[in-house]
Amino acid sequence: MWVYEKKLEYPADVERINPRLAKEIIAQYGGPDGELGASLRYLTQRFTMPSNYGKALLTDIGTEELAHLEIIAALVYKLTDGASMEELKKYGFDDFYAIRDKAIFYTDPTGNPWTAAYIQAHGDPVADLHEDLAAEQKARATYEHLMDLTDDKKVWNTLAFLREREVIHFQRFGEALDKIQDELKCKKVF
Amino acid sequence: MEESRINILKSLQEVGFAVIELELYLDTHPDDMNALAAYNNLVTQQQNIMMNYERMYGPLRNNSTQSCYPWQWINDPWPWEIKY
Repeated sequence: MWVYEKKLEYPADVERINPRLAKEIIAQYGGPDGELGASLRYLTQRFTMPSNYGKALLTDIGTEELAHLEIIAALVYKLTDGASMEELKKYGFDDFYAIRDKAIFYTDPTGNPWTAAYIQAHGDPVADLHEDLAAEQKARATYEHLMDLTDDKKVWNTLAFLREREVIHFQRFGEALDKIQDELKCKKVF
Repeated sequence: MEESRINILKSLQEVGFAVIELELYLDTHPDDMNALAAYNNLVTQQQNIMMNYERMYGPLRNNSTQSCYPWQWINDPWPWEIKY
């Protein structure tokens, strides 16, 4: 089971309202390399991961990604909270508004809904860990694109934190893959 | 939110982050005694700060601490509403 803590992992904040940036950042909420997909990918791969350290790592990183999903939602919330209809229109948020007002939903910036087709699980530790390594790099690249798109220092700092976490997750998944490949190389004597 | 409360929250986020970082590291380095000692030390610090915060400002976890009357869990601010 999971336990909720009534705090963010990182003090995510914004300098000012910016609905356009909110829409761009939605990429990491319900986009192909976003935090929802990351969390669900790891939390389902763990059931068929053979090694104990692999199960632990997928559980722990999958859980941290849920905290990152909450950070992304907090950014989107703060970037639109209090925005007037005029501001929503000016910053191109009117298409999102038409359906769901300022509700935060699992889509990419163009409105494509999140789909399980974004993620994979093959029950093969080498295949799954390679999928995870690629996913972390794609998420890192997306964070860098988002950092290019903002001059809001507080948003930038939050994105930089999340980007750095992808680098760390990549490192840990790489270590798990090395260990598993070493184990597979060991001669089995029956 | 008052500055003193923000400061405790930030220190909790700092320590909490270090705990998560070491937790992941230890998953692939379970024999690293120094990292384990640092982890144990930080977990204790985290528990102390959390207890301190909860005593002053109400529960951070909804099923691990006793509540004052009336039920405190429903009080704001929620995490996304806090300005740092």
